[in-house]
Amino acid sequence: MPKLLRVLLWIAISLLGAFALGTIALHRGEQINALWLVVAAVSTYAVGYRFYSSFISAKVLALDSLRATPAERLDNGRDFVPTNKWVVFGHHFAAIAGPGPLVGPVLAAQFGYLPGTLWIIAGAVLGGCVQDFIILVFSVRRDGKSLTEMAKSEIGRVGGVIAYLAVISIIVILLAVTALIVVNALKSSPWGTFTIAMTMPIAVLMGLYLRRIRPGKVLETSLFGFVLVIAAIFGGQWVSQNPSWAAIFTLTAPTLAILIIVYGFAASALPVWLLLAPRDYLSTFVKLGTISLLALGIVAFRPSLHMPPLTRFIDGTGPVFAGTVFPFAFITIACGAISGFHSLISSGTTPKLIRCETETRFVGYGGMLAESLVAIMAMIAACALQPGVYFAVNSPAGIVGAAPEAAATTIGSWGFPVTAAEMATLAQDVGEKTLFNRTGGAPAFAVGMAQIFSNTLGGHAVMALWYHFAIMFEALFILTILDAGTRVGRFMLQDALGHVWKPLGRTSWYPSILLTSAVIVAMWGNFLWQGIKDPLGGINSLWPLFGICNQLLATVALCVATTIIVKMACEKKTRLRYTFVTLVPLCWLVAVTFTASWHKIFDPNPRIGFLSHARQLIAAGGNPRLIFNDRLDASVTGVLVVMVAMILIESGMECFQIIFGKKSAACKEAPFVMTRLTQEQA
Amino acid sequence: MKNRLREIFATLRAVLREVFDESAYQRFLLRAGLTPSVESYAAFWAEQEKLKARRPRCC
Repeated sequence: MPKLLRVLLWIAISLLGAFALGTIALHRGEQINALWLVVAAVSTYAVGYRFYSSFISAKVLALDSLRATPAERLDNGRDFVPTNKWVVFGHHFAAIAGPGPLVGPVLAAQFGYLPGTLWIIAGAVLGGCVQDFIILVFSVRRDGKSLTEMAKSEIGRVGGVIAYLAVISIIVILLAVTALIVVNALKSSPWGTFTIAMTMPIAVLMGLYLRRIRPGKVLETSLFGFVLVIAAIFGGQWVSQNPSWAAIFTLTAPTLAILIIVYGFAASALPVWLLLAPRDYLSTFVKLGTISLLALGIVAFRPSLHMPPLTRFIDGTGPVFAGTVFPFAFITIACGAISGFHSLISSGTTPKLIRCETETRFVGYGGMLAESLVAIMAMIAACALQPGVYFAVNSPAGIVGAAPEAAATTIGSWGFPVTAAEMATLAQDVGEKTLFNRTGGAPAFAVGMAQIFSNTLGGHAVMALWYHFAIMFEALFILTILDAGTRVGRFMLQDALGHVWKPLGRTSWYPSILLTSAVIVAMWGNFLWQGIKDPLGGINSLWPLFGICNQLLATVALCVATTIIVKMACEKKTRLRYTFVTLVPLCWLVAVTFTASWHKIFDPNPRIGFLSHARQLIAAGGNPRLIFNDRLDASVTGVLVVMVAMILIESGMECFQIIFGKKSAACKEAPFVMTRLTQEQA
Repeated sequence: MKNRLREIFATLRAVLREVFDESAYQRFLLRAGLTPSVESYAAFWAEQEKLKARRPRCC
């Protein structure tokens, strides 16, 4: 394409993006079409990818296509394998995309569509993509080292230990929060519970089929598993309409929580091939298909956004979760904008597959852009609902009341009209007994997604099927995370305990497997139980805690990245000012996470502050267990913040000493080796 | 156009085969000099067990 045409094309894309952003930011009073959000996001992502990531590649990281990657140098056909960039992209995206970008935006929609959308777009382009990309590059240049190993070698021993503890904490809280979402989505829902229960024997059947009948034919087996899951969705409808079967599958929140805890333990202790791997395949299959379908549905249906750009709840009085728009919108939406967990993937499997250093830009930066687009779709699904319906589904009974009429009156008094009859009709349409107080984000997302799908494919008559498909899709995602997360946590614990007593570190010794699985499950099970027993809906306090943990891990990742960039600049005598690419998002995250942590611990409002809530419970002679939970949450938040402050101080001192020449700027990169793939790549 | 479509389909298939560990199994067979069988797949999983179980899935 001629240069002039290229320039004109990029000017047009930039203007289109600016116009779309201006439209969603300045439009007041009337509904806008969801496509404005898609256009704003896609144009900004295109400009960010073309110019900002290119600047980082060339000026900050000086990516070198001649430098052999660990996949080439250490190729063993097992974990180090030079792989086509599209294949690595798919692999990376399948690992980073989970329920987080779907649930976070749905919860943050209580502030209106504007704060969340702007944060998703700006946070991804300037923060999340930069973090994923840079950590990936640094891991590639260090033989695929993990984030904790890089923190230890580039910052210091304290950095390594803190990164390790932060990872364990985030895994535990993540598992509890996601399990709570499943419980809230399935309680008193025989249809959903039956469908999800069926995915377990289906996964075991797939495992046995793969092992005994068609070894290695995973795609074929996943397709067969998917057909069975669809049959289970139809079966669920029959179960829900049959009184005796419906009674068996109508479960309370505590029963579901116990079943999920038992499942988590079993999944951690059973062989990987029997349950974890087939469930992972099934979940990935459904995930990739559903995300593509949702994107097509939004473009085909082009829904209007009924939610206003800003709601009155930016003042912190929101029913979905308490807290002002700053910092809580930025804590609630993590994975769609910036997620610390991604740095574990970027320094895990992905760097070992990268064939050429320059391809890290496409995989790291591009992968996160795709994830961010998923978050935009979730925001659209939530905001396409009538606001009254959105708040009726997402508000806990402790805030709006348990009786439908009382809840509808409370929500109506906020300026979002909804009636009990309207909610009853909607519940009937989606095959549920009630949609009031279905907190956690998953049911609201499922209703929004069912509306979009049923308007595109099948009409109103199939809304219940689409709703339960969406519930199944989210629960499948989450149970996969429970399987994988419990096992990863178990391995990490075994690694640590192995230093205390060697047999405990043996991953094939059954007493150690059972003990460490039980410890990890007990840790997240405790938080899950706390969420079930919380009269305000559990997710209210646990989701912000999860967001804080996730963003603190991102702070650790950006801290490691900034330290390495400073070292590179001083070692290679390049411009130190390029440090801003990680320093700016780092400063922002420090401001957000530290402010949010302060509020969660000390805020005088009992709906926000853990300690003030504990004091309120003590004054009212409340349940000692709830008081203990509040104090535990406050302690966990405080310990995490102190740990991250320590890593920031250690990193700051390291950078200071290097900049002022008190310490040599020696990066711990693997030595340069010329690639042998150049000709092939050319 | 036909070639381009074929190329896109081949890339998509390669992505799915990698995501679903089919390529990893093929590489294992090549490396170990084995043919596809129930025993080979069991041996593949014995090797994959720790690798797969340590792979985090993001939220």
